[in-house]
Amino acid sequence: MLAALLKGLWTTLRSMFEPPVTYQYPEVKRPVRDRYKGRHYLQRYDNGLEKCIGCSLCAVACPADAIFVESSENTDENRYSPGERYASTYEINMLRCIFCGYCEDACPTEAIVLGHNYELSFTNRRDAIYTKDMLINPVSIAGQPTPMKVEAGQFDRAIPEMEDPK
Amino acid sequence: MSSSQVKLMIDGNTLEAPRGMLLVDAALRAGIDVPVFCYHPKMEPVGMCRMCLVEIGRPSRDRQSGEFLLDENDQPIINFGPNLETACTTRIDEGWVVYINSERALEGQKQIVEFLLTSHPLDCPVCDKGGECPLQDLTMLHGPGISRFSFHDKMNSLKRVALGELIILDRERCIQCARCIRFQEEIVDDPVIEFSNRGRSLEIVTFSEPGFDSYFSGNTTDICPVGALTTSDFRFGSRPWELNAAASICPHCPVGCNIILNTRREVKMGGSEIVKRVLPRQNEMINEIWICDKGRFAYSYAMDSERLSQPMIRVGGELEETSWDNALKVAAEGLKQSGANLLGLAGGRASNEDLYNFKQLIQGLDGVSMLNDFMAGGKQNQQIGLGPGSNLGDLGVGDAIVVIASDLLEEAPIWWLRVKQAAERGAKLIVANARFTKLEKYSAHTVRYSFGDAPETVLGMLHYVTGDSSLNKYAKVDGQEESARIIKEATNAVLFMGSEGSDSESSKRLVQACGSLLAATEHIGKANNGLIPVWLKNNTQGAWDMGLTPPEKHLAEEFRDRTALYLMACDPFGDNPEMLQELPQDAFVIVQELFHTPSVDRADVVFPAQSFIERDGTLTSGERVVQLFYPAVSPHGESLPDWKILARIGALLGVAMESTSAAGVMNRIAEDIEDYGEIHYRELMNREDQWPPVGGKQIYFGGTAYENSQGIGIRLSSRAQRGEAYEPVWKESPKKPKGEGIRIVPIVKLYDQGTTVLPSLLLAQRIGQPELVIGQEDADRLLLQNGAQVEVQWNGTAHQFPVAIDNDIPEGIVLLPRNRQLGLEMPMACNLTPVKPTSKEKGE
Ligand code: SF4
Ligand code: SF4
Ligand code: SF4
Ligand code: SF4
Ligand code: FES
Repeated sequence: MLAALLKGLWTTLRSMFEPPVTYQYPEVKRPVRDRYKGRHYLQRYDNGLEKCIGCSLCAVACPADAIFVESSENTDENRYSPGERYASTYEINMLRCIFCGYCEDACPTEAIVLGHNYELSFTNRRDAIYTKDMLINPVSIAGQPTPMKVEAGQFDRAIPEMEDPK
Repeated sequence: MSSSQVKLMIDGNTLEAPRGMLLVDAALRAGIDVPVFCYHPKMEPVGMCRMCLVEIGRPSRDRQSGEFLLDENDQPIINFGPNLETACTTRIDEGWVVYINSERALEGQKQIVEFLLTSHPLDCPVCDKGGECPLQDLTMLHGPGISRFSFHDKMNSLKRVALGELIILDRERCIQCARCIRFQEEIVDDPVIEFSNRGRSLEIVTFSEPGFDSYFSGNTTDICPVGALTTSDFRFGSRPWELNAAASICPHCPVGCNIILNTRREVKMGGSEIVKRVLPRQNEMINEIWICDKGRFAYSYAMDSERLSQPMIRVGGELEETSWDNALKVAAEGLKQSGANLLGLAGGRASNEDLYNFKQLIQGLDGVSMLNDFMAGGKQNQQIGLGPGSNLGDLGVGDAIVVIASDLLEEAPIWWLRVKQAAERGAKLIVANARFTKLEKYSAHTVRYSFGDAPETVLGMLHYVTGDSSLNKYAKVDGQEESARIIKEATNAVLFMGSEGSDSESSKRLVQACGSLLAATEHIGKANNGLIPVWLKNNTQGAWDMGLTPPEKHLAEEFRDRTALYLMACDPFGDNPEMLQELPQDAFVIVQELFHTPSVDRADVVFPAQSFIERDGTLTSGERVVQLFYPAVSPHGESLPDWKILARIGALLGVAMESTSAAGVMNRIAEDIEDYGEIHYRELMNREDQWPPVGGKQIYFGGTAYENSQGIGIRLSSRAQRGEAYEPVWKESPKKPKGEGIRIVPIVKLYDQGTTVLPSLLLAQRIGQPELVIGQEDADRLLLQNGAQVEVQWNGTAHQFPVAIDNDIPEGIVLLPRNRQLGLEMPMACNLTPVKPTSKEKGE
């Protein structure tokens, strides 16, 4: 009886000299694993074209019905993505999303990627809907913003030549 | 077993089927799907794609006796050929043993898919067909999974080839099944697309101007088994699985094609549901699996931002938006004060429920209600129209079809198609008109009369049937005698009566003459026999059935001395601006409308009505089939269905009307109107198994057409069919005024300048400028060349048009497409003055 009590107190005493495991969030943030599934980002190719071709496969794969896509037609004067089709509207309702990553799996162009940001908080439901502007990555230094004007015939195919159009 | 039936075995199941039936069809009847691409049950088989390869074993026969040779177990000896055969071109015979899902057959099918995919782009993610694509489905079912062909050998062809403004071709996706080409050639006889080149370079081209110039072009996108043909209007609009489907009825012509409105929510529209595309819904009695391009593309008017969204009242000379309660109060007050001499005018586009309530309200207020039309025939259609059991698809050898005073292709394209097909099946077609129409190509006889002589022409035929000598003065044009004989001898005869060249008076005489002819040849009171009026609006027959008829006098006379005018779904002041002068200045005007029409400008109270996509209701087609349409999207603004607006005013004025639901109004109609006694919404939701099966599991057959599970409608019986006697009467023609000069005759063009077509950006491009069609003699006399401007005056108004010379048009006649704002409803005397080109144009 006494032995058990002492054993417990010993544990308490010992841990007082161990380094603390608590993170002082939000001042200190714990690094996440590489494959952590946080909020989504829509990717771009190096030249700035959007990877998303507006196919809605992510939306149909999503078990939470969190994604809404509307697509439109690209032209060489106003090109958003390779091929004929691009997402003119892309929305994810972060309140519905369960961060399963099925959308990532479904995407034929690896356009939608779950990133490392888990800091999603909103004060009303409308703010939980992330629009395309919020989701899409900024253009890299080498690239141009979309829509861009391109030469005819240069980016005619959405799949599979799109792999990395330069 | 009758000799026309044969017994055969497919995949171990024994079945009986008519001898000579195609193996694919026989198999499908037994519930076994043969994969197909080029085969389509509505077209002749061609055996182009080889997808339907199966193993066929035929019993050996004794050469002398023709008896089956038996093996030692007394079973017939079955010979399997060395090769697989195409099930879509092979006609079945007695004793066959067929394997569709054997290893050999499956291997063959697998190789065909592999081969088809050698140059297929596989861009399913961006392909509009993806999700409803037979190639996708069959690849999943029969595809090899991995290809032996090198990816780098794929042919890359053009991805966006516009075959005109409506249809876009993706050359890479085409699997060269020729369904589209065969549809255009065989079914609608508009061979405007063709294959060019050969082998792997085979590609679809169009050689018409404008490209793919056909009223039926949209159907090719339905039956194309891949995403090679798409409509420019739906292009990338949505994935098919994201669409909701509401059953509806096409609102554009009296055929009443069954359609599906595919809708989805759209961010651009603030998250509200909108119609993304219109597809055919199968009804083998009405439109089979086809619709015309007007039905497919002219729906955007219902979602147009110009639609009226709020009630309006006139305050100090200006229309101001107001609440429903206030607008209804003002309308009720106005009717109370000045309703002493009330005229109600309704258009043939409203639903039966609207028209019934309209009649009730105006009657309840002691007013006079009329239909804004001039053509006669609604009563005769009730008496001797086609009754239950009829189907234009049943007409064939031994039957006769008469089309008089109508350009069916322009006025009711799907009727045109079905009449043409009946003629090709062997029905004798008689086309009587004052000018060439495309239907003449399929006619056994054409009767060409002078403009305005349609009634006399029919009376002349009647002379040859009855021998009535008082009528022999009308027997004066070629083909009357022969036509009369054909109609008399026909097993079944159907008569389409139009209004081309008729005015209200001659239209009455024409329908009487047609009725007499049908009665004299005993083609009334039976299924597949009788009259079909080719109305200018989709629900004109419904209006007649609800008790609304055209004005006896000219509309202008009806307008005089009125103290109040109630307009529903019609725009008399837009059709003819001159009418404004006829209505007394202080008359109180109420208008129920979709758009801000010129009639709305004259209104004191305006109620925004709902269009057909927002509400339910019934329509009665020209064949007197009552059909139900369902709501597809939420109402535009604060608009209400017409029947409801009427009921709410009725409530304020003490006229009791059904105000709860459209179905409730129909129950009232059923109590009140004898012919509709059996019609209730529940009965209108009837379904029936149809052949070919489409839209279900056998999706590779019918393409994207929908199966009909929402109601095929009910065909009303005619009085004659119910045993009521029909009294044929006809009137002698009045003396024709001589030396009248030139007459201008309005004709129908499918793509008119109507409020329902103009908002469709796609079709607007096809409307073109209205041209005045003139004969060679008149053109020569006035020194007019093709394209020259001419000023036309009629009824005190003047308009300018370019002329188009047509050798077929007789002297003294000019034709003009029907159009709003012209005030040209019926033929009229006119004056032509060539417009001198301005000096500037001359100088060039
Ligand atoms: S992570 Fe899962 S739940 Fe979230 S959007 Fe993607 S598929 Fe939907
Ligand atoms: S993110 Fe990927 S799956 Fe989703 S619409 Fe874009 S391309 Fe298609
Ligand atoms: S036609 Fe069918 S198989 Fe071909 S890309 Fe389109 S959806 Fe895929
Ligand atoms: S376009 Fe379509 S229907 Fe026409 S041949 Fe090609 S695959 Fe067949
Ligand atoms: S060859 Fe039979 S379906 Fe094409």
